[in-house]
Amino acid sequence: MQKQQQVEADRSTLAVSTVKQKPVPLSWYRWRQRVALPYLFLAPFLLLFILFFILPLGYALGISLFADRLVGGTVFVGSQNYLQAFQDSSFWEGVRHMLLFMVVQVPVMLCLALTFALLLDSGVTKLRTLFRLGFFLPYAIPSVVSALLWGYLYSPNFGPFAQIASSLHLPAPGFLTDSGMLASIGNIVTWQWTGYNMIILYAALQAIPPELYEAALVDGATGWKVARYIKIPLIAPVLVLACVLSIIGSLQLFTEPQLMSTLAPNVIGDHYTPNLYAYNLAFNDQQYNYSAAISFTLGAIVFVCSYIFMFATNRGRQR
Amino acid sequence: MAISVNTPVSREAHGVHPGQNKRTRRTRRGLATAFLLVFLVYFLLPLFWLIVSATKTNPDLFTSFGLWFSSDFNLFNNLGDLFTHDSGVFLTWLWNTAYYATCAAVGASLIATLAGYVFAKFRFPGRTLVFAIILGSIMVPSTALAIPTYLLLSKVGLINTPLAVVLPSLASPFGVFLMRIYAEQAIPDELLDAARVDGAGEMRIFWSVALRILAPGFVTVLLFSFVATWNNYFLPLLVLSDPTYYPLTLGLASWNAQASANGGAQLLFTLVLTGSLISILPLIVAFLFLQRYWQGGLTLGSIRS
Repeated sequence: MQKQQQVEADRSTLAVSTVKQKPVPLSWYRWRQRVALPYLFLAPFLLLFILFFILPLGYALGISLFADRLVGGTVFVGSQNYLQAFQDSSFWEGVRHMLLFMVVQVPVMLCLALTFALLLDSGVTKLRTLFRLGFFLPYAIPSVVSALLWGYLYSPNFGPFAQIASSLHLPAPGFLTDSGMLASIGNIVTWQWTGYNMIILYAALQAIPPELYEAALVDGATGWKVARYIKIPLIAPVLVLACVLSIIGSLQLFTEPQLMSTLAPNVIGDHYTPNLYAYNLAFNDQQYNYSAAISFTLGAIVFVCSYIFMFATNRGRQR
Repeated sequence: MAISVNTPVSREAHGVHPGQNKRTRRTRRGLATAFLLVFLVYFLLPLFWLIVSATKTNPDLFTSFGLWFSSDFNLFNNLGDLFTHDSGVFLTWLWNTAYYATCAAVGASLIATLAGYVFAKFRFPGRTLVFAIILGSIMVPSTALAIPTYLLLSKVGLINTPLAVVLPSLASPFGVFLMRIYAEQAIPDELLDAARVDGAGEMRIFWSVALRILAPGFVTVLLFSFVATWNNYFLPLLVLSDPTYYPLTLGLASWNAQASANGGAQLLFTLVLTGSLISILPLIVAFLFLQRYWQGGLTLGSIRS
């Protein structure tokens, strides 16, 4: 009987209830149930989270405020590394590449993904499963392998595109040249991630109850109108999320340019993307403090970009 | 997973204009299918090229047409070379990758499931704040973390050990987010209460009641963590320097760098390509067999956010 009461008492604290708790002093048992137990269960995750998220972030911020000097060793320099980063043309060149990449690649990829998702959802084709799996497949491929793979395909020596061009007596396409490189990297990323975004959007479309647009169809609305005025607005939140994640991803680009640099060292160099720059500063030049400042500035740019984007889309939707 | 992935048959009829005649409708279907087929070729062509190239000898790679098989079918020799080159280091990389990915995936999904379950089913002080911080961390670029993580790991002497790859992969904020949503939907409070009435301890309730119901969500997180670790490049690149600890991604990249530096003169190019093919097979098989889980998981993540 007592146990039953105990359980009744716990019920209000453990289960998600809407009844407001009176601020009574907690008995040991209740404290255990209310505080100790949840945190005990959370402990493994929180420990790892602190060790590998909070601590590195704090540490990076900390060391970015110091500098290694030939005389005097490591000294506190305050914001000097950040001021240096703001005047560093290598860093801004990388940022410029990334912004250009983001402004072109993300819309292209998401438009393709949305088109595919709408087409598959509209039931216009019978080969739905084939397309869904085929488009998604590149996601399963490590970015290292897809960069290697496309690197070979781009090759002016034995890539199939160069072979086709030479058999037509045309010059090999300049995939790995100064002007073609960003588009070539954009193609790799688009190839890899379009299917992933398509699946997310497709799943959201499938979740729309058909009642919501059946009436419109009966009234003679075309498939395009239904997509434009009913389906797309309904999946807008998912589209925004996909956008934010793509923006974050594209600003952190590293693997593809790093692997491309073995094929075209003169084009990529050591600061093609900010991330590559931070890596080379730390591991080739041992400038850990400055590298941390660059990483942190990059992180701030990513954060600001995604925040601005979310803010803008939120206002747009409220209007 | 509340949303069924397979469309009901009635959907077939949607997008059909009642006033349209049959012929325009068929043309439209044809055009849409052709459009999608063009892109299917785009998405599958590099993989086809990879399969073709893995069957070629190194000279044929340069001289024969890239998109078709050459007369000399050399796949089995390439496979032989792949597993014996550098005294079989590829096998070590394959084993390392499987080992890192399995440890990280099992660990990360257990930890994330436990955390997601607590966030979904317990009310405790700090719940909202802690969860908001975890959610916010999804926005933190992993690169801002990688270099300081490397420096911290080197301070405690973990650099160039398997732990340096596995430990950071165990914390999966996205997994916690996914499992919280899943647990909220899947576990009724009454069930937990009933178990408590029966006198089961909280740990026992988690292991024998909650975990069983959460199994599909658990498998989803498992699959995604497995893929993330299997495909990871940046972190291993920073924390590993001994080739015997390399995962496949790092090993293949190092072979590729050697091959490029030598101008492709040696047989390394065929090895890189054959190795790439072998390295992607397990994941493709996993994705084909676990369709229900990844599609369901992506649905879950997208619907609520």
